[in-house]
Amino acid sequence: MIDLIKSLLRKKETSKDVAKERLKLVLIHDRSNVSPQFLEMVKSEIIKVIQNYMEIDEESLDIQLTKTNSDDGERVVPALVANIPIRGMKNAGR
Amino acid sequence: MGEVIVITSGKGGVGKTTTTANLGTGMALQGKKVVLIDTDIGLRNLDVVMGLENRIVYDIVDVIEGTCRLKQALIKDKRYDGLYLLPAAQTRDKNSITPQQMVTLCEELKKEYDYIVVDCPAGIEQGFKNAIAGADRALVITTPEVSAVRDADRIIGLLEANEVRNPQLIVNRVRQDMVKRGDMMSIEDIIDILAIGLIGVVPDDENIIISTNRGEPAVNDNKSLAGQAYRNITRRIFGEDVPLMVLSTPDGLFSKMKKLLGFKPA
Repeated sequence: MIDLIKSLLRKKETSKDVAKERLKLVLIHDRSNVSPQFLEMVKSEIIKVIQNYMEIDEESLDIQLTKTNSDDGERVVPALVANIPIRGMKNAGR
Repeated sequence: MGEVIVITSGKGGVGKTTTTANLGTGMALQGKKVVLIDTDIGLRNLDVVMGLENRIVYDIVDVIEGTCRLKQALIKDKRYDGLYLLPAAQTRDKNSITPQQMVTLCEELKKEYDYIVVDCPAGIEQGFKNAIAGADRALVITTPEVSAVRDADRIIGLLEANEVRNPQLIVNRVRQDMVKRGDMMSIEDIIDILAIGLIGVVPDDENIIISTNRGEPAVNDNKSLAGQAYRNITRRIFGEDVPLMVLSTPDGLFSKMKKLLGFKPA
């Protein structure tokens, strides 16, 4: 019974809502569509900084631009994800 | 010193050429000296929308290659004082012009005219780069459709990257009845997504097709809603503060009654 009332009260999603939602998602992808060269530049800079403190496995370092849910979980936002295997700490970092 | 305004959109068929023709004519009606440039080389259309297709002798490529003088290629529109058209070449391709040559051309025209309105081709390739090269200002056209808004977003990014700052948006072909029932994105929805300034809203109006059939811009038609919208945008370009038109939904009971009583639509 409550479900029935709820479903009656809930506004039907209009086609413009669908359009807006789809647009938002596709634009997140379009806007974060960066060139491989750009990512290479970011990668080499990150390696430089981290190497001051740690020994890392440069070969298997992986960095990419992707999407994730925002903190409030309501939106999808672009995210930079880096996977950097650490071989050991350098003395300077302690 | 004049100002170069580029009319661009990314997606084709959203109304760049119609907007160029109407805004340019609107400016001339307000007493400005205006040149319209068609940069869609190979697919020229501004000439037919303006009704000047029979008067073309030289085109933009002739000017750039030095086949003729700039003055010889400019077609004077005899209906509107101070309005000129520089047509695109039809039998060449977009690589016939470089952005640098376009800058030189615009600088030359700015010396004599108040406004140079550049009709940009669809796409983001050479033709787009040429069209925006000399621009001081950009107007981005979109319609309330997913594909057009997406392309507008891309164009806004590219304009910024090419240092054409603060582009302003024109939303074309708005159908208020569809917006009202939730089947078309509203102006607010589009602004929310694109996050740029709005300079005007043009309602979907069959008068545009009729006026294009005749080769007479709707901006000169006092009965046309779209014409009114273009007149408003023209004044906003001049820096005047003109409120947005209130778009009514066609064929509501009230407007039906008004029609029956013989009133013209608002």
